[in-house]
Amino acid sequence: MGIDVPWPRPGTLRTAAALAGAGFRRWATYRQAMLAGAFTNTIFGFLRCSVMLAVAGGAGGVAAGYRGPQLVTYVWVGQGLLAVVQLWGWTELSDRVRTGDVQSDLLRPMHPVLTYLTADLGRAGFAMCTRFAAPLVVGALAFQLYVPHRLTTYPLALLSVLAATVVSFGVRYLVNLTAFWLLDIRGVLVAWMLCANVLTGLYFPLAFLPDWVQPILWYGTPFPSILQAPVDVLVERGSAAHQLSILAVQLGWAAAVLAASVLVQRRAERRLVVQGG
Amino acid sequence: MALIETHGLRKDFVVRRKVGRLRRQRHVTAAVHDVDLAIEAGEMVGYIGPNGAGKSTTLKMLTGVLSPSAGEVRVCGLRPVAQRTRLALRIGVVFGQRSQLWWDLPLAESFRLLRHVYRVPAADHAARLRRCRRLLELDEFLDTPVRQLSLGQRMRGEITAALLHAPRILFLDEPTIGLDVVSKQSVRAFLAELGEAGDTTLMLTTHDLADIERLCRRLVVIDHGRVVHDGTLGELHARYSSRRRVVAELDVPWNGAAAPSGTSIEAVEADAHRVTFALHSATAGELIASLAASGALRDVSVLEPDIEDVVARLYAAPEPSRG
Repeated sequence: MGIDVPWPRPGTLRTAAALAGAGFRRWATYRQAMLAGAFTNTIFGFLRCSVMLAVAGGAGGVAAGYRGPQLVTYVWVGQGLLAVVQLWGWTELSDRVRTGDVQSDLLRPMHPVLTYLTADLGRAGFAMCTRFAAPLVVGALAFQLYVPHRLTTYPLALLSVLAATVVSFGVRYLVNLTAFWLLDIRGVLVAWMLCANVLTGLYFPLAFLPDWVQPILWYGTPFPSILQAPVDVLVERGSAAHQLSILAVQLGWAAAVLAASVLVQRRAERRLVVQGG
Repeated sequence: MALIETHGLRKDFVVRRKVGRLRRQRHVTAAVHDVDLAIEAGEMVGYIGPNGAGKSTTLKMLTGVLSPSAGEVRVCGLRPVAQRTRLALRIGVVFGQRSQLWWDLPLAESFRLLRHVYRVPAADHAARLRRCRRLLELDEFLDTPVRQLSLGQRMRGEITAALLHAPRILFLDEPTIGLDVVSKQSVRAFLAELGEAGDTTLMLTTHDLADIERLCRRLVVIDHGRVVHDGTLGELHARYSSRRRVVAELDVPWNGAAAPSGTSIEAVEADAHRVTFALHSATAGELIASLAASGALRDVSVLEPDIEDVVARLYAAPEPSRG
């Protein structure tokens, strides 16, 4: 009899679909929170959009390779994706470690990384239908958005959003796993928030930074893959080949952070002390 | 091979204590110490001990949540930690103070989800759920989100959730903690029926000894991480000299005579009209016959030994006298 490995077994896909459906429904129960979040994202969309248009205007209509409508789209798609990749505020796993509830997760016949990932994809699906759609519709009504010229962009963008969600999940999961060692992860969360705001391309397009920083950020950290990548794919910054290379980087990071999550999970379980008896 | 088997099972926790301003001293505490257990299929085992005795730690090692520091464990023929996800299909676990249900979703939805997680055929799942709905009276709150359930309702939901995949072993950690009298009775009656059916092996930890009396034929007592008793409740009473008692109400005051042979007098009360005898070698019938022969017996009652008393004596005894 071998040791259990996290690889999916037959029937896992159906189980994953059920868990993703549950993730979707769990978030669908909090409608007021969803409306409040969409409203806030939209208001900040107007602020950021004004700043970006001022930047583009000052730079003669093109800033770091983005034209005006591309920058507008960058802002509104970014505002919508914020909730889809759940850039901020996921502490469910660390809370469960702190309270000891994590032991129930370990007693399921599925690897915890797979369980949490599928539930997170369901949550992201709900966010796509609501938190992503709302600011985008408002942005489209108030500004001229960039419409992709290549048909292939649409499936590539969807795939890129999916990969971005997985990368974001992996990083958030790793941040939460530190609770096995630290119990209180507020310090780690602050570091993650700083990276999530600046290095993912939320505050400004990463192309605004010097050229020499670009490979370090894209290949050396997972952060651009979380937000900048899907936006760049959607606004067709660069050629179709460039879109594919962005997607390849994202898939590489998705695999890396998931593998790291599985490894760290294994280490964490070895030092598990379930709190409170 | 037993369904649950441990040899020399041990769990050490490292505690760092501050000594001086910067220095910390490392202490190793054995939460579970050389526990040997063999539990056969169909048994109902009560695993009891005072707070911090190592009950929950043992259960966590048996379910694969905690890695043992030493010793061997096999549950359903599997190594719990290394083969945890495979073992999860064969066991059900209820932790009285934790929840395995989805907090935001209605109870029925949690059950539906568990069918997919455990890959239970739809017909089997429906039949088991029907039975639990009937016996545990789940219908009135089946569509309520778990976060809105009362503790008693949630616990009935937890037990159902742990049984829908027909586990071979059901581990229960304090299943009646915090429940009201009616909920406790409902949970106990359900577990008793489950145990009597014989398909599911039950192992439960509890502080409520009424759970043990009602449910468990075998009792394992653990203290300071060591097993101090493994046997029936009757054997525990015999070992700690728990006696049945006979309380006799007399028409005339007790004359101070010696107790009939095979008994001893424990108390003389109510102006010597009420005498409590402890039975040693004599039976209750012999004592009552002897009292009736004196002609002064008005009423009599027989008291069974109190499990709370014997366990309290067991917990309070100094370590060397146990075991």
